[in-house]
Amino acid sequence: MVHALKKSLVTLKSILTGMKVTMRHLFQPSVTIRYPDVRDELPETARSKLYVNIDDCIGCKLCERACPVNCISIETVQATSDVDLGKTSTGNPKRFWVTNFEIDMAKCMYCDLCVPPCPTDCITMVPEYEYSEFDRNNLLFQFSELSPDKVEEVKEKLEKEQEEKQRQKEEAARKKEAEKNKSEDSPAETKSTEE
Amino acid sequence: MLNTLENIIPSPVIALLIFVALPLVLVSIYALFAIWMERKVAAHIQDRLGPMRVGGWHGWAQTIADMLKLLQKEDIIPTNASRFLFKLAPFLLFAASYAAFSVIPFSSAYIGSSVDIGVFYLLAITSLLTLSVLMGAWASNNKWSLLGGMRTAAQMVSYEVPTIMSVLSVLVVAGSLNLMTVTEMQTGNTTLGFLPDWLIFQNPFLLIAFVIFFISIVAESHRVPFDLPESESELVAGFQTEYSGMRWGIFMLAEYADMLLLSLLGSVLFFGGWNSPFGEFMAGPIWGFFWFILKGMVLVFVMMWMRWTLPRYRVDQLMQICWGFLIPISFVNFVLIALWEMIF
Ligand code: SF4
Ligand code: SF4
Repeated sequence: MVHALKKSLVTLKSILTGMKVTMRHLFQPSVTIRYPDVRDELPETARSKLYVNIDDCIGCKLCERACPVNCISIETVQATSDVDLGKTSTGNPKRFWVTNFEIDMAKCMYCDLCVPPCPTDCITMVPEYEYSEFDRNNLLFQFSELSPDKVEEVKEKLEKEQEEKQRQKEEAARKKEAEKNKSEDSPAETKSTEE
Repeated sequence: MLNTLENIIPSPVIALLIFVALPLVLVSIYALFAIWMERKVAAHIQDRLGPMRVGGWHGWAQTIADMLKLLQKEDIIPTNASRFLFKLAPFLLFAASYAAFSVIPFSSAYIGSSVDIGVFYLLAITSLLTLSVLMGAWASNNKWSLLGGMRTAAQMVSYEVPTIMSVLSVLVVAGSLNLMTVTEMQTGNTTLGFLPDWLIFQNPFLLIAFVIFFISIVAESHRVPFDLPESESELVAGFQTEYSGMRWGIFMLAEYADMLLLSLLGSVLFFGGWNSPFGEFMAGPIWGFFWFILKGMVLVFVMMWMRWTLPRYRVDQLMQICWGFLIPISFVNFVLIALWEMIF
């Protein structure tokens, strides 16, 4: 009985302490932000939607390789020597057509691993977080803006150039071979005479 | 009150119906308000805002919108449920708490029925609550519901004992079972010269009786920390798992009605019912009603406040509290009150 009374008193005291705490909170201002009406400013380093400044992308595929869940897929075509793709804003020369640059935000886990390797700082996280969709395909973000015709064109061009190069190479190789043969003949003779 | 109504309204039948429906109106308005208030209290204790959108000021129309939504919901009855009992249970539950309102003296001019065994009637009719919860649980043909129902039965039957013991302690002092008489004897401001004559101030042991009473009414209206019958986390809403739409809504309504009923009983027994705390000042039938509801609502508020403070008890702890602490303490307390009454 005495035990029960003692325990009851302790319980009562701790309940009252708890009630005091909750009572204090009852009159504290709420921390809720009334979301659709009021939006919180996201911190600068917040990780949310990815954005690629495609004009600065040199098609190095470093981000694709860095991504642990393979949600970036990049296709590039080397530019032929007759076109100058210009330079990025950081001064790197561009050598590839980026024919396809896709980020599947449905898979992305916001790890931020793709951002630091980029040599031109063109892939970044932007503070934009409301992009829920009914169709998952709408979460595939396309960045490259080359039209299919253009892609075909550059591909063909590259093929032609490569063929050309190949031919030139082969020709050069043949020439070298011929020269070699020629020069091989004469020194052999001199060698033999010396002996 | 009935006489006045009969004077105003020509047909005695309609007068009687209005007289009968008055507590229903009160309970419905109260339930709408209390559910909203509960959400607000919950939100503010957790530093949130709670409903803010529906209706203008602080989302006051939220519960009305919820009710309309519940009314439109599909009424699902499980295939192998015992249909009649399943449908009957929520209404029986509500009827039980509603019937109990008839002996509550709302103000000096309004009491449904001033019977001489008021308290006993109230305690007896509220035991129908256990029955209907068990009925709903059994009729659902669902193991979890039945488990929840059994727990409810165990809890309510156990906590009936300390409730009745503490009510009895009051009755020993009051000397009447009629709640109107109990209220009337608490009129005036003479205790220690300034305190109102409420029973809780009259006797130190009655304070203990009140604490016991309050703990057990929290358990009887199955609120946190004793909300084992519902226990969302482990029994998935317990006995009301299979109920949907307005049937579930009526369970909810009954729970809130029950809360109000027991709080009002508490305020009659310990806080002077409709008596004004300032003696003659602000007294009278209308003010009486105001004071009475205010006292009831304060107790309801304390229940809500406790809900966000205390964690839920385990079922064995629940029984331990009841049989190990409350019952022995209430018995001893009862004897002490009786002795006090004999001596003074
Ligand atoms: S944030 Fe991580 S998961 Fe998302 S695209 Fe970049 S590397 Fe892949
Ligand atoms: S790392 Fe940067 S430059 Fe390289 S492919 Fe990715 S986005 Fe383009």
